[in-house]
Amino acid sequence: MENLLNIFVKSIFIDNMVFAYFLGMCSYLAVSKTVKTSFGLGIAVVFVLAITVPVDFLLQNYILKEGALTWLLGDAANTIDLSFLSFIMFIAIIASMVQLVEMIVEKFAPALYTQLGIFLPLIAVNCAILGGSLFMQQRDYSSVLEATSFGLGSGIGWLLAIVGIAAIREKLKYSNVPAPLRGLGITFIVTGLMGIAFMSFMGIKL
Amino acid sequence: MSAKEPLFSANNRKLVTGPLSKNNPIMVQVLGICSALAVTAKLEPAIVMALSVTAVVAFANVIISLLRNTIPSRIRIIVQLVVVAGLVIVVDQVLKAFAYDVSKQLSVFVGLIITNCIIMGRLEAFALGNTPWRSFLDGIGNGLGYGIILVAVAFFRELLGAGTLFGYKVIPQCFYDAGYSDSGLMVLSPMALITLGVIIWVHRARNKDLIEEN
Repeated sequence: MENLLNIFVKSIFIDNMVFAYFLGMCSYLAVSKTVKTSFGLGIAVVFVLAITVPVDFLLQNYILKEGALTWLLGDAANTIDLSFLSFIMFIAIIASMVQLVEMIVEKFAPALYTQLGIFLPLIAVNCAILGGSLFMQQRDYSSVLEATSFGLGSGIGWLLAIVGIAAIREKLKYSNVPAPLRGLGITFIVTGLMGIAFMSFMGIKL
Repeated sequence: MSAKEPLFSANNRKLVTGPLSKNNPIMVQVLGICSALAVTAKLEPAIVMALSVTAVVAFANVIISLLRNTIPSRIRIIVQLVVVAGLVIVVDQVLKAFAYDVSKQLSVFVGLIITNCIIMGRLEAFALGNTPWRSFLDGIGNGLGYGIILVAVAFFRELLGAGTLFGYKVIPQCFYDAGYSDSGLMVLSPMALITLGVIIWVHRARNKDLIEEN
């Protein structure tokens, strides 16, 4: 339990998807103009990450990993290593999950659906989602629960980051930024500063 | 494009040179920042990453452009993802075989080329409506435009952060003796964002028409 909590907190603050790995920057920059929309997108990302990471974990451990097929084919399968297929399998899972989320949002929150527009289907190619699965594969979590808490934590970390930058950008409208720096430039610099602030969480361990 | 247009006509050359500055995928189209910055602490992985992305975007563009009349538009995203994922698997295996150290340094970011927005963006915006050769040039151009930024950011980060370029010391020892020291801050990830912000600043100060409304 302590371990789960540790992974959760660590993936929100220390290994934050945006500040530590720059994942999901495209939608992070494009949708962060108002807090409301960015919150909606953030929730969608949390949801998709919390589902896809554990599903990909099962896929990785019971089908793709070296010797993972033993439960199905017996000892003869010990040497089968399908991990080179992981990219394509992960992306297929992600694309179908995103489709599902899209249908749910369209049904239950049509206003949010129109607001998010093209960015909802584009969650499929949001690097944060695939990144979550690939980090899960690389870090070799030992159970589905750990993978879930990592997925959920990274999603919440991403949500925090995008809501934070959206709030700052709303205020930034009223300040006098040098012309060439307006828009993209200042957003990058502010994100960098936020990243430095987040680095102060480094070393926290529960 | 008429059939008689030469392979390297002015129009086609523009496809390659445009994305280098005026229409740069990172600075102007705001695509592909995702995986770009994490690999820029050193020059070598940055260059390998730039080449990998260029190869993937060029060939994905050609393949999708060849298939463009046969893909039903409802499932085009899935088709594109499959094509790109296939190419990235090839790149990943090649890197593992011939440049294992760099491949280890790039870790998950090779896989993340699949979700690099430049690739999807160019496939959607260009390859679906143009002939293979033009798509190929467009892919090369955008890959290089991406590469330029990566190399520029990596150059400053490695030079100021470690005093080296490609791992060789370039800042002479007498500087250190005189009290200069490497800035450890540059190696940390947030500085990639700030470096890029400054590059965008300089770029827009020179190209006034790119300045955004607040």
